[in-house]
Amino acid sequence: MSDAPIISIRDLRKTYHVGEVDVHALRGVNLDVQRGEFVSIVGPSGSGKSTLFHIIGGLTPPTAGSILLDGHDLLGLTDTQRTELRKTTVGFVFQKYNLLPTLTARDNIEIARHIAHKDGPLDPKFGDVLKLLGLTGRLDHKPRALSGGEQQRVAIARAIVNHPAILLADEPTGNLDTENSTTVLGLLRDLNQRLGQTILMITHNPEAAAYGHRTVRMRDGCIE
Amino acid sequence: MRTTLSIVAISIQVTMVLTLVGLSAGMLDEQARRARGIGADIIIRPPSSSVLNFGINMSAKIIPKVIDVEPHVAAATGVLVQGTGMLDYVTGVDLPEFNKLNGGFRFVQGGPFQGPYDVLVDSYYADQHKYHVGDTVTQLNRPWRLAGIYEPGMLARQVVPLATLQDLTGNRDQITVIYVKLDDPARTGEVIDRLKGKLKEYKLFSMQEYTELYSVNSVPMLKAFTVVVIALGVLVGFLMVLLSMYTAVLERTREIGVLKALGASPGYVLNILLRETVLLAVAGSILGILLSYVTRFTINDVIHGSLIQSIVYIWWLIAAAIAIVGAMLGAIYPGLKAARQDAIEALAYE
Repeated sequence: MSDAPIISIRDLRKTYHVGEVDVHALRGVNLDVQRGEFVSIVGPSGSGKSTLFHIIGGLTPPTAGSILLDGHDLLGLTDTQRTELRKTTVGFVFQKYNLLPTLTARDNIEIARHIAHKDGPLDPKFGDVLKLLGLTGRLDHKPRALSGGEQQRVAIARAIVNHPAILLADEPTGNLDTENSTTVLGLLRDLNQRLGQTILMITHNPEAAAYGHRTVRMRDGCIE
Repeated sequence: MRTTLSIVAISIQVTMVLTLVGLSAGMLDEQARRARGIGADIIIRPPSSSVLNFGINMSAKIIPKVIDVEPHVAAATGVLVQGTGMLDYVTGVDLPEFNKLNGGFRFVQGGPFQGPYDVLVDSYYADQHKYHVGDTVTQLNRPWRLAGIYEPGMLARQVVPLATLQDLTGNRDQITVIYVKLDDPARTGEVIDRLKGKLKEYKLFSMQEYTELYSVNSVPMLKAFTVVVIALGVLVGFLMVLLSMYTAVLERTREIGVLKALGASPGYVLNILLRETVLLAVAGSILGILLSYVTRFTINDVIHGSLIQSIVYIWWLIAAAIAIVGAMLGAIYPGLKAARQDAIEALAYE
């Protein structure tokens, strides 16, 4: 692991305007994540986990504070720049897999490359990742023909196909049974250990959180 | 289901346009073909007539002026055209005079008039109405004996003796068109010039000029009608695709959110929807073209009328372009809505 944090957050604030009411979702978050670290973020509903996830992922801009992501200061980015950041720097894994239902597993992975303007053949090394994820024989199936665990593994493959600096996983086992949860969490740990993939994982489950190097707890928009 | 309905709606729009254009072209081509089949070199029409308006007559007394005065006129005969319906006509002919033009009708069954209330029809009309020689044909509110069936492509579909038609319609000594045959067709221009000096207000055409007038551009009403149908077509395509794509965007809100999370720009999302729209429009156009063959078969072979629909190939492209433009216009609003979708809200959409 390098000394310079890949994520450096200082006094991060986010306020949503809901009608005439201001909702302070983040109230001064400070967090450093080292390159190659696997960090679990836990906290009750409404604690600001998802907001933090969305800001780190470039899906929404912060209101105040500073957030450096692999050298990019997210505070001053335009929508277009944040879109560009999502192509190259972050990969998302969602609780509900969010695969495109009309595409095969392979096409679900390829579309992430297409969006990032990488239209050549898949990196042969990525074949090893697919093998590690246990997807080699399932790539030509559409999501409806895949189990929940398989769909989530396809979603992980899609998230890392462009070699993002950070993998953001939002409750990746929230829709899975125990066996598939264990498999997916084991795979995330393998990816972290073998490829040095930095991972930030939101979870409610303490057992899932234990797969990370450390656990960050959030409450009322702050890190405890 | 949504996709299929959109394709069918677009195809109906394309079929509408192709059928209208095909009908216009088919009817006008058929009129031109029948006019050419007469074998005349010059056509004389009354002063206030127009291409499709056969309702205006002139005195038959001008025929001798043409024949007697002009040295190169081999034959000239007048016919009276009486409308019997929207696009149906009965034509009164003086057969011996008419035969001098081009040898007259070539009969496939029966022969010329035997009496004043005999009628001749072409084989197309006879087939459509299952007529045979000797049958009674009701026309102009009275029975006629079918004396002969002739090969189509000459003058008209129904022909009766000129004098009878003049009497029945109160047009004694009146005719609608004069057909003139020259001994040397190369002198057509020269003869027309001379005749124009004598028949100052009348309309004189060479056969070539006359048949060229049978185009949609010469019939302002048809042109306007075509424009109205095209406008309706664009509107139908626009509304159908608007609804279809709007529904698609709502259905795929979450997928749009995923694409945005993966880094898809608004342009990328818009591009996907527009490409899908073009595919819908192209599929609808192909189906519409195929359906225009069904309408042609129905109009030409199933419905008993005198309508003819042609297939006008150049209009395949025009109708498809109209469908694509209408569809693209309809896709703009849903496309922009999708492109502007907030990724977080879209991902949270159930």
